[in-house]
Amino acid sequence: MVDTRQPVVRMSGITKQFLDVIANDNITFNLYPGEICALLGENGAGKTTLMNILFGYYTCDEGEISIKGENVHLSAPKGAITRGVGMIHQHFALVPSQTVLENIIIGTKSGRGIFLDIKAARQKLLRLQKRFNLQIDPDAAVWTLSVGEQQKVEILKALYRDVDILIMDEPTAVLAPAETADLFTTLRSLVDEGRSVVFITHKLNEVMDISDRIVVLRAGQVVAERVTTDTTPRELANLMVGRDVLETIERKKLDAGQSVLEIENLKALNDKKLTALKDLNLVIRQKEILGLAGISGNGQRELSEILFGIRDALEGSIKIGSKLLKFGSPSSAINLRMGRIPEDRIDTGLMLDLSVEENLILERHRSPGFHRFGLMKAGTIHQFSDELIRAYGITTVGRDAVTKSLSGGNLQKVMLARELGGSPMIVIASQPTRGLDVGAMEYIHQRILQERERGAGILLISEDLDEIFALSDRIIVMYEGEIMGEALSEEASREQIGLWMSGVST
Amino acid sequence: MIGFRLVKRKPLPGWAIILIPIAAIIVTLILSAIPILMAGGHLWKSYYYLFYGALGTRFNFLETFVKASPLLMTGLAVAFAFRAKFWNIGAEGQLLAGALTATALGVSLGGVSKPLVLPIIIAAGFLAGGIWASIPALLKTKLKVDDVVSTLLLNYVMIHIMGALLFGPLQQPGSSWPRSMAIVEAACYPILMARSRFHMGIPLALFAVLVVWFINKRTIFGYQSKAVGVNIRAANFGGINTTSVILWTALISGGLAGLAGVGELCAIQYRLIMDISPGYGYSGIVIAMLGNLHPIGVLLSSLFFSVIIVGAQTMSRMTGVPTYIAEVIQGTSLMVMLIFLLFTEYRIRMVRKP
Amino acid sequence: MNEILNVAFVSGLIGATMRMATPIIFATLGEIIVERSGVLNLGIEGIMLMGAMTGFLVTFASGSIWLGVFSAAIVGMILGFLMAFLAVHLGLSQHVSGLGITLFATGLAMFIYRLHFGSPTVPPIIQPFKQIAIPVLSEIPIIGRGLFTQYSLTYIAWLLIPVISVLLYKTQIGLKIRTVGENPVVADTVGVNVTLTRTLCLVGGGALMGIGGSFLTLAHQNMFLIDVIGGRGWVAIAMVIFGNWDPFKGALGALIFGFLDGLQLRLQGMGIAISFHIFLMIPYLLTIVALIGVSRRAAVPASLLKPYRREEKGG
Repeated sequence: MVDTRQPVVRMSGITKQFLDVIANDNITFNLYPGEICALLGENGAGKTTLMNILFGYYTCDEGEISIKGENVHLSAPKGAITRGVGMIHQHFALVPSQTVLENIIIGTKSGRGIFLDIKAARQKLLRLQKRFNLQIDPDAAVWTLSVGEQQKVEILKALYRDVDILIMDEPTAVLAPAETADLFTTLRSLVDEGRSVVFITHKLNEVMDISDRIVVLRAGQVVAERVTTDTTPRELANLMVGRDVLETIERKKLDAGQSVLEIENLKALNDKKLTALKDLNLVIRQKEILGLAGISGNGQRELSEILFGIRDALEGSIKIGSKLLKFGSPSSAINLRMGRIPEDRIDTGLMLDLSVEENLILERHRSPGFHRFGLMKAGTIHQFSDELIRAYGITTVGRDAVTKSLSGGNLQKVMLARELGGSPMIVIASQPTRGLDVGAMEYIHQRILQERERGAGILLISEDLDEIFALSDRIIVMYEGEIMGEALSEEASREQIGLWMSGVST
Repeated sequence: MIGFRLVKRKPLPGWAIILIPIAAIIVTLILSAIPILMAGGHLWKSYYYLFYGALGTRFNFLETFVKASPLLMTGLAVAFAFRAKFWNIGAEGQLLAGALTATALGVSLGGVSKPLVLPIIIAAGFLAGGIWASIPALLKTKLKVDDVVSTLLLNYVMIHIMGALLFGPLQQPGSSWPRSMAIVEAACYPILMARSRFHMGIPLALFAVLVVWFINKRTIFGYQSKAVGVNIRAANFGGINTTSVILWTALISGGLAGLAGVGELCAIQYRLIMDISPGYGYSGIVIAMLGNLHPIGVLLSSLFFSVIIVGAQTMSRMTGVPTYIAEVIQGTSLMVMLIFLLFTEYRIRMVRKP
Repeated sequence: MNEILNVAFVSGLIGATMRMATPIIFATLGEIIVERSGVLNLGIEGIMLMGAMTGFLVTFASGSIWLGVFSAAIVGMILGFLMAFLAVHLGLSQHVSGLGITLFATGLAMFIYRLHFGSPTVPPIIQPFKQIAIPVLSEIPIIGRGLFTQYSLTYIAWLLIPVISVLLYKTQIGLKIRTVGENPVVADTVGVNVTLTRTLCLVGGGALMGIGGSFLTLAHQNMFLIDVIGGRGWVAIAMVIFGNWDPFKGALGALIFGFLDGLQLRLQGMGIAISFHIFLMIPYLLTIVALIGVSRRAAVPASLLKPYRREEKGG
């Protein structure tokens, strides 16, 4: 079907390369007025790069862009913004310590010369808020707002600048189901007035709900374009991944053994000294995966940090096997044979400027056999790291390779090798597949299941409900520091879990 | 219109990395032509005297090592600290702490059996510098006080402690100048080469290079301090006691700087004066950076610097260019080196602009 | 004790406090602007020295003190731009770039001075600023003489404090500076040029630092000595932290330092039998103590020390 409308954005021949990786390979992408176009693809397909180029944040190596019929060469976002393009990134571009108003008016023209015109800005903002039903206190400091509210501030920021073309990058990643519905309503009202929205996502069900048209990217290329009403999730999944069927996870039925993790009456504060965990109790046994579902920001991070040993708790106790975990001591967690996969693998888990070997031995360098009289035993260490590299299939030139030269999937493998290589008793995995492509995700899921078979107990903290349902034996949901409910994964329904995630107890 | 952008590049091969400091030195010398010509010096004559002055005669050649010794020690001190991201700008104060301690002991250990005197002084000087450096380290780890500022401020505190003592208990009786009494003979570093000032401190400094290299490469502590420097959060996550690592790093770093002070006192001045250090502690920072924080690099940079310093004296005499050209060259070499290091990781790309 | 409490002493002390605080106020305000945009400028000590030397040299050669001040500002701007080139445009380590500038500028200052004046036994001097009494206000008992009989540069420093405060909090450019300092990605995505903003802050801050340095050779003293700055640049760095990156609070810190400096001189002159070196130590020790108190609730600009590069990540 040939589209006879005039596109409001025309991108042709777009190519962008980072070092070895071709992120965008000769892409043609058009956007039409009054539509919500979904840009679909798995992680790493090149969706964000393409839109960053449209927004002027990146420059393309080759290609042409025209906005509203005008050919443009963008070297900075300013050029795109003046032509009515706005982009809301995955990690919000807001300054937490400043107020909503300050965040919105930054960079806009003022009626009072060099001085900020707060009064006029406030009036304009309130008008916009009423029109689009996005009520937020303009003088609130952004750090006090919830994630859903912060997203509304981002949208208001774009509307304040009279944006016609709004790009949203994975906007629902941090929203509860109810907030997602809110967002879709808002987007519809924007588009009804003639604007266009590009909705970057990897979530198939949302694409079917909200978009008019879908463009599928895979490995930096456009593989298909569909009108939403003419396609199905199954077809889209095929196009996204290039294979017939998505990952099949086979979880064998196993009998759980003794308890490996017992959390009792855990109370803790977050960084703002507010309550993060209210009175947490949970038990995990050998050969069991407990899936902890919930939107980020409900205490999961604090729980994982306490387990990892990098955060203190107010009250309560945690036992690994039969031994007590010492709060605030990572070495206690390590000695009690906990495998720890942190949410933020790069910053918290790995030392990118060191070699692969130096990362692999981080937790073992003081184990018996690896040192003598304060000196490290090179031979033993080399053997150890070579073995791990082989066992986990880490693609690297060698153990001395600088870790930051590895790809995202291989970085995760280094992390896994380090944490799982010692046959831990309990594994704590926090958002282990976030931001990874399907291949890497599959690998990690397989490893987790292998650990389960070997006899470990696993706490899987994840926002990805598909992952939770596929891997877990039992599922619990955390909301505002408390456990809302627990169910066996065979018996639980997504509605039930969704309700618990929104704080509705049943 | 063309614009420029910095873009990451593929890592350079090993041999290229070695060339970088050499290239930086050559570029620095070329840039130094500007101040030389400004001063009205004849260009080639100046370069000639710069190098001849440092290496041409036996005395000057040995003197180059004498001048390199304190620079090497402070360079090692700073490099060792920077490697763990403990920003020790206080090497100057730590050096003075060492010199002060050496003075106090050096004038009062006359009655102690001779072979014991120097070991005691050296150990005490090391400890004094180490303790002075561990104060800001404690402030950093326990109270989150910025180490750049605290180490810096303590430099001035130590200068004034020295002043108070030199106008007080340590002052040479009968003098109105801030100078101490001379240290006893047993406290003087033996001179190893006749008709020169080449003293025991020089092989000591070379030994320190080996020790630091060994610690960095082979010991558990070396691994831990490297990890802390690269990513302190990951190091903590991995069970390393980062507080302990930083404290010990500070102790050793300050100790090395303290030994520089002991050397200047016991081998060059033989008594404490206010000007005992013409900024060795600060030069050490430049030397550490030039040497890319590696002990061998520090060794080579300190030799480069001392060639410049010693040579500048002769050059000044023969061509009239002020001796301060040495500092200008030092500062320039740092900036050039930084820029060259940058281009090992990035390259320039041209972009179209509207 | 009676001597200390008499009017002349107090009045003199107030005057001295203002005087000693002036160069630190200039330097602190300059550094606040720079750090608010996310850059730590450790070149401040070197920039002040170059400012002091240049101001002196130009005044000596031309006979005009204001020309000296002006050229000190220009030199500060040039060095500020050099820092911007290294730390912002090239994104080199801010710690090391700043220290490199200090070392380079220090050497350069001494080199040029020596080139021009050689090493005479009697150091050359200039006609320094004279203190100006503000009519009426300077007649106020006790505090009048101290506060309102000062150098022009001191009055300018005082006026700059509210000006910089208004600039930061109430103007467009102030919001841009603060946003760049908190989150440069945010600023970039609304079209603020991060590099340009930081560069302008370094150039402007450098001008203030240069002027602060020139105060020491054109008003406070009338000659140039190698240790004329005496660590005041580093004190300014500490005062920025002490003042929680706010102009008024930073100036307060500078005042406290000036007070202690002035007090120490006076007590020394009165022959109080404490070694004056002990006194000289006190301001630095107290600064450290103040830093301990402040570090707990510091409002550090979040992007301080991190160079900003747009295309770091792929995809």
